[in-house]
Amino acid sequence: MTAPAVALKNVRKDFGTFTALRDVSFDIADNEFFTLLGPSGCGKTTLLRMIAGFEETTAGAIFLYGDEIENLPPDKRPVNTVFQNYALFPHMNVADNIGFGLRMLRWSDADIAARVKQMVAMVKLDSFAHRMPSQLSGGQQQRVALARAMAPKPKVLLLDEPLSALDLKLRQEMRAELKELQRDTGITFIFVTHDQEEALSMSDRIAVMSAGEVQQIGTPSEIYEFPANRFVADFIGETNLLAATVQSVDEHRIDCVLAGGETITALANQPAAPGQTGYISIRPEQLTLTGSKPSGDSLPGTLDGAVYLGTDTQYTVTLAGDLRLTVRMQNSQTGAVPLQHGGPVHVSIADHAARFLVD
Amino acid sequence: MRSRFDIRHYSGFFAITCACLFILYAPLIVVMIYSFNDSLSITTWGGFSLRWYADVFTGPESEKFKLAAWNSLSIAVMAASVATVIATAAAIGMIRGGKFKGKSASFALISLPIMVPEIVTAVATLIFFSAIGFQLGTLSILVAHIVFCIPFAYLPIAARLQGIEASYEEAAQDLYAGRWPTFRYVLMPIMGPGIVSGFLLAFIISLDDFIITNFIKGAGVETLPTAIFGSVKQGIKPNIMALSTLMLVFSIALVTLSYFIGKRGADPDTTA
Repeated sequence: MTAPAVALKNVRKDFGTFTALRDVSFDIADNEFFTLLGPSGCGKTTLLRMIAGFEETTAGAIFLYGDEIENLPPDKRPVNTVFQNYALFPHMNVADNIGFGLRMLRWSDADIAARVKQMVAMVKLDSFAHRMPSQLSGGQQQRVALARAMAPKPKVLLLDEPLSALDLKLRQEMRAELKELQRDTGITFIFVTHDQEEALSMSDRIAVMSAGEVQQIGTPSEIYEFPANRFVADFIGETNLLAATVQSVDEHRIDCVLAGGETITALANQPAAPGQTGYISIRPEQLTLTGSKPSGDSLPGTLDGAVYLGTDTQYTVTLAGDLRLTVRMQNSQTGAVPLQHGGPVHVSIADHAARFLVD
Repeated sequence: MRSRFDIRHYSGFFAITCACLFILYAPLIVVMIYSFNDSLSITTWGGFSLRWYADVFTGPESEKFKLAAWNSLSIAVMAASVATVIATAAAIGMIRGGKFKGKSASFALISLPIMVPEIVTAVATLIFFSAIGFQLGTLSILVAHIVFCIPFAYLPIAARLQGIEASYEEAAQDLYAGRWPTFRYVLMPIMGPGIVSGFLLAFIISLDDFIITNFIKGAGVETLPTAIFGSVKQGIKPNIMALSTLMLVFSIALVTLSYFIGKRGADPDTTA
C-alpha cells in the first residue's frame, strides 16, 4: 500500500496565546482533490501554509508520501502553491514566471522552454507568453499562477482560495477547469476555500474546519446528507435546526420531541439516550407544503411568507411552539397548490430526511 | 472638481504662497542670474557672459576645484554605495524580520543621524577619530559619509519594501529558490526603484555635506563644499556663483532622476 500524499499527525499551531490549530490528524490520499473548508479564522490557510513550509508546527508532524517534511524549508519541499493574490512576479513576463521554478531546479534551457510551452498551452495562454502580468486580466493571471505552480510537476499542489478574486461567472468556469486539470494530471490537489458551493462541486473529499479543529471529513454527499454536528449542518448548505429532546431510541432511529410537542423520527450518527437534548436538522428541500392535511405524517403550521427564487420558491412557516421552518419547493411542483399567506399549512418531511445532531 | 474645503479658498493663501516661494527661491535665482554676469563685481550687472563658467574650469582656482570635485564625486559614489548596501540589509531585517526585541531601538539608531544636530555629530566624529588615532584624510571623510548616508538611503528603500507583499518572496521560495536566489531574482528587482532612489539620495547628501566634512577632512584634503567655503572666505567672486549654479543643476538632475525612478512602479502590487 502506498503512503498517503499528505499525513497530518496531531498537528498543533499556536500564534502567541492564540491557538490556530489544535491536534489535527488526517490523511490525504494520492491523486485526491481534497478541500479544506471553513469560515475565515478556522485555521485552514494556516494548515496549508504549514504543508507548504511557510509556518512551523508547534507540535505534531507532517508527512509527504511517507517522508517527514517538518525540517525542510519551503524551497526543499516538492509541493507548489497557487497564492490567493497569485503573487506573479511583476518584473517577469508570463513565460519567465512559469519557468521560474524550473530555472531554480536547474533544468536545461531547452527543457524549460519545452515545459513552459506545454504549460501555456494547458492554460490556453499561448499568445500571451510575452505579456507582463500587469497586462493580463484577473482570470488570465489566475491561469498563469496555476501554470507556474504546476510546471515543476509538484507531488502536491496547494491552492489558497485561488478563485476568490474572480467574478462569479469566471469562478464557475474555473471550477470545472480545475477539476478537469486535477483529473488529467493526477496531481494531488489541496484546495482551501470558505465557499461551500466550490467545495461541494469540485472535491473528492472535504474536511470541514472550525475554530482550529476538523469537524468532519467526508465526500461532498456524506457531508451534506450526514453532517456530523450542528456546525457542519449549518455551514454546508441551508438547514432548519430545531431544538429537540430524545424520547426513545431504536438503533439509529430516534424519536424526538420538539418544543411544540410534536414528535419527529430522525436518524442519528452517534449513540443517543432518552432525555438527551440536541438538534433536529432538516434541509429545506426535503420539506413539502400542502394546504390540506396529507395522508402521511405532517406538522401543522402557519405560512408567514414566500420568496420567489426562479426555479424554487422559499416559504417560511411557523409551527406550534413558535418554531420557524424554511421550506424550499420547485416551482413546477407547487403550481397546482395555491397557498394562502397567513393561512394554515401542513409540512411533511421526506423519508429519512431528518437528522438528530448533538451540539 | 473643487471641494468646499479647497485650501485655495482660505484668505491670504495666494499671498503666503508667493511669499514662501520668493523667500525660498529668490536667492537661488539671483545666484543663477549673476553667474552669467560679465562684470567682476558680484552686485552690478555688466552684461551676459559665460566667462565665469570658463573661469571655473580654466581659471586660477580651477585646479583646486577640479581636485575637490574629484574628491567629492569619488567619496559620494563610494559612500552612497556602501550606505545603500547596509541600508538594504537593514530594511530587510527591520521589515521582514518580524517582531524582535529592540526593534524600535534599532529603528531609532538607524535614523538618529537625521535627528541629531549635524554639528554634534561632527564634533563627536572628530573626537572619536582622534581618540582611536584614526588618520584624518580622505578615508576619514569616507567613513563619516557612509555613516550619515545610511538613514537617507534607508528611508526610501524601507518605504519601498514596506509596499511589497511578502507573498512574492514566499512564491519564490515555494518555487525552489533559496534565500539568495529569492533576493537576487525576485526581491531585489521589485525593490530596485527604492534602492536606486536611496542611492541617489545618499549620493546627493554626501556630495553636499559641509559641516562634518569640514571638521574631519584633515589638512590639505578638500571636497567641493569645503573648497567653495575656503574660496569664499577670501571674498565672493563671480566664479563661485557659476560653480554653485553647476552644483545646483547637477543636484536637481539627480533628485529628479531619483523621483522618476521611485515613481516608476511606485506600487508594485497594483501592477501585479
